[in-house]
Amino acid sequence: MPTHQSLYSYIWQHSRRDQLVILSIVLLAQPVYFLTLTLPKLIINGPIQGKGFEDAGATQDFLRLSFELPDTLPAWLAGTWTVLEGLPLERLPYLLALSFAFLALVALNGCVKFIVNTMKGRLGERLLRRLRFELVDRVLRFPPSHLRRVKQAEIASMVKDEVEPLGGFTGDAIVWPVFLAGQAATAMIFILVQNVWLGLVTGTIILLQGLVIPHLRKPILELGKMRQIQARELAGRVGELVEGGADIRSQGTANWERADIIARLGRIFDIRFKLYQRKYFVKSLNNFIAQFTPFIFYAAGGYFVITGQLDVGQLVAVIIAHKDLPGPIKELIDWDLQRKDVEIKYNQVMEQFHPDGMRPQSDAGRMPANRLAAGTMELRNVKLADDAGFVLLEDVDLELAPNQSVAVIGPAGGGKEAFGWVFSRQFTLREGTVRAGDINLLEAGDEFAGMQIGYAGAESFFFPVDVRSNLLYGLRTQARAVDASRQPENRRLLRELQRAGNPPLDARQDWTDYAALGSADASAILERIIEVLTIVELEPDIYQLGLHARLDPAANPEVTSRIVDARRALHARLAMPGHENLVERFQADRFNRNASIAENIVFGASLGTDLQPQHLPALPHFRRVMAEEGLEQHLVAMGLSIAETMLELFSTLPPDHPFFEEYGFIPAADLPQFQPIVRRARTSTLTYADRTALAALPLSYVDARHRLGILTPVLVERLLAARKTFADTLPTDLRTGISLYSEEAFNPAASILDNILLGRISYGVAQAHERVRVLVRETLDTLDVRDMIIDAGLGFNCGSGGKRLSNVQRQKLSLARALIKDPSFLVVNGALANLDDSQKTRIVEQVLHARKSRATVWVLTKDDLSEKFHRTIRFEEGRLVSDISQNRLGVTI
Amino acid sequence: MSINAEVESLRKVPLFANIDTAKLKLLAFTSERIVFPAGVDLFREGERGDCAYLLLSGQVDVALDSAHGPVVIATIGQHNIVGEMALLGEMPRSASVTTREPVEALLIRKDQFFQLLRDLPQVALEIMRELALRLNSANRELAAAHARLAEGQGG
Repeated sequence: MPTHQSLYSYIWQHSRRDQLVILSIVLLAQPVYFLTLTLPKLIINGPIQGKGFEDAGATQDFLRLSFELPDTLPAWLAGTWTVLEGLPLERLPYLLALSFAFLALVALNGCVKFIVNTMKGRLGERLLRRLRFELVDRVLRFPPSHLRRVKQAEIASMVKDEVEPLGGFTGDAIVWPVFLAGQAATAMIFILVQNVWLGLVTGTIILLQGLVIPHLRKPILELGKMRQIQARELAGRVGELVEGGADIRSQGTANWERADIIARLGRIFDIRFKLYQRKYFVKSLNNFIAQFTPFIFYAAGGYFVITGQLDVGQLVAVIIAHKDLPGPIKELIDWDLQRKDVEIKYNQVMEQFHPDGMRPQSDAGRMPANRLAAGTMELRNVKLADDAGFVLLEDVDLELAPNQSVAVIGPAGGGKEAFGWVFSRQFTLREGTVRAGDINLLEAGDEFAGMQIGYAGAESFFFPVDVRSNLLYGLRTQARAVDASRQPENRRLLRELQRAGNPPLDARQDWTDYAALGSADASAILERIIEVLTIVELEPDIYQLGLHARLDPAANPEVTSRIVDARRALHARLAMPGHENLVERFQADRFNRNASIAENIVFGASLGTDLQPQHLPALPHFRRVMAEEGLEQHLVAMGLSIAETMLELFSTLPPDHPFFEEYGFIPAADLPQFQPIVRRARTSTLTYADRTALAALPLSYVDARHRLGILTPVLVERLLAARKTFADTLPTDLRTGISLYSEEAFNPAASILDNILLGRISYGVAQAHERVRVLVRETLDTLDVRDMIIDAGLGFNCGSGGKRLSNVQRQKLSLARALIKDPSFLVVNGALANLDDSQKTRIVEQVLHARKSRATVWVLTKDDLSEKFHRTIRFEEGRLVSDISQNRLGVTI
Repeated sequence: MSINAEVESLRKVPLFANIDTAKLKLLAFTSERIVFPAGVDLFREGERGDCAYLLLSGQVDVALDSAHGPVVIATIGQHNIVGEMALLGEMPRSASVTTREPVEALLIRKDQFFQLLRDLPQVALEIMRELALRLNSANRELAAAHARLAEGQGG
């Protein structure tokens, strides 16, 4: 395993200049600090006790600065040299002058501290930024085998948490010990000057402290290291629990996982507890030793004063000086502990980020000029083995012409999949080369290879962004740099990037390679996207997603007006015989039996405000309207009726029964608490909380669906009145969040489909959903809005890891992502495994048709599609066993 | 129709005669009540079946596809279940069912249907009895057909 730089060498290399600047400030400030120690003695001995003011009218020179040189020097040099004559002052002015001088020095001292601390903080953050970037950069360059081995949560925890203390430490790495040692030495020298014996005693005790305490702290460091590893593993395990959540549930092993976590938490507790025991023991010992010195001062120093060998002023000064001594010493010892701790953490983290076989340093921002390497792809003597060393592919010599389609067949596990992996660069080649023209593709760097080869594998990762971004992800190759010449505010940004050693890449700009899309900019790419989506037969899915997406009328004024047209056309068709019961429209003066009571009152869609039935009662405006319309009583009565029915129907069901989730107004866990409420309703009066709980129930009641018969004509009238009041008195802060239904206007808060329907599909009508779907499609097809709806569908968020898309959709998207790059070589390796055969055949034909002039390599699960390709190569037991070219008619030649 | 009225109509179904009101109410509450006009398919032979229908009113024709077009093999009326065989046998629909007149039916989804059988053994027994009767009559028909065939050959 390659070794890494040591912590101190790293800090010194990257922050030398700042460290030296701070250090010199600190050193320059030391005389100031020394003076703040000296002044109290001068004040007490001089003006307060009257030394030097024995005669009336006597003066002392303020700010006099002179020094004497010994007589042994040449005569012209020896004697008293006066730098400043000073200002002669009488006793009281002298006292005030000295006191103010003291105040000024204290202020100056504080000022220096402020500057130094700020500089140290900035220095630390810069280094942390550099280190974090380097770590992430290393993750991006990890060899594939290492990526398969590490746990993402552990890596994340290291980059985020474990290096954090380094930031705080860096600023203190050099300056702080020097500063503290300087302070301690100053105080020490001061004490020594005052009284040699007191000084020697103090020195001995400090020496003792410096030797014993670090020794005692060694086990603490060991424990700290164990704790770090345990905590990191815990993070890794928690990550696994989330990632494997579905499997844990399906295997029913949650208790096993609980047991494992309990054991881990126990270990962490034990380590922490031992850590505390040690830590506080050492701490109290340290404190005791520190307090031992004042004992000596009081006892021995007091003795010297009483016997007249020491004046009181001196002793007070020694005690004041000593007050500043244990601080620095203790902190110095603490600092040493922190240093060791941070060093361990740093080494721990660095070890994890230095695997063998890292990819070369990325040359970020520098791209080869020619996007496509012309010519034939040559594989020479290629040998591929998995992480365990098992040979997957051997002795492969092959040329792939730039306009040829190649079917790769053979038994599963016989080497055809491994042949595909060569191009995904998931495994490092054991032997051989892969060249396109005169470029070695595997050594050219991921950026370059990614442009030449479009790879679609069986498992693709998608980011939790919209479909469009995931689809165009492979085209984000046009690196953009932070440009200071055009935007002056970038200058500071750029400077900081430089000081933290981050490359000046700018994610705020558009990195899309529009040239690959065959268009100059972002405006014309929708056509190409739709083309690709159609080839992989994902277009209908995106269209459906688009129907359920919202549109911003400000950005699409024309589309939204066409959707209102579509609504009118659809409503006209729905009015025709045979269709009249399919959809119940939202009409301002009619109660909609297929919508919930909440929907009937609000009668609009919400953009930001949460208008879910269960959240409505918390809305003050809603409560006000209910009170004004006298509906509270009715809601409580309806709620009571619902609660009674639910208790009657559901109380005998087990709590995990699926009916609860599907039909229950009340979650299984909450059902028992309605029992006493219903009982109270019969026997005594309901509490405020009871009424609130009951009044919330009917809001999600859909009359046509639940059919509890709790709506009377009178009540319907009142609900309609409430709808009107709710809309008329809608406060301004809600107006932006709620968009009310209107027959003439597009509703920006509702989905496109809801806008077209402007109503609810009826319950209890045979095949209503299917029939309405057909009607909507037919209506929209006549209006030429399909592209716009797909555009809206491309905004669908794919969710974490793309999990909001189905398996099949993900596989199609993976192929589309590779296809849209229009790469010189498209390699499809099991990307359509989850599709049915007829669809797979169609997609293969469509892709080959679209890529007539480019190379396509397709690893087929079944051999029968191979006749559609120019050439068929067959792998068995890791070797190429046949290589046959066909003409288009499928006849072998 | 409100849930209570529905329970009353379910009570008239012989299959549910001995089931207590709460259970019937649960069934009514959790199943969808669907109105079909005359002459539409509830389902077609060979489709994947994911639900059964309890006919509350109206009649349906059960037909098999044959070389000479669909052959109606039975007409089923009010208070009977259709479509349960595909659920029990985990197989495609064995016949097509078409409404003769406007039909009101309770749609019972697959999971609901099995839940019903688990919760209410008497319903399971009733359905078994019904299936046994159908098998019996199918056997008789088969025997009669054999006999006719033998007669034809003999004559």
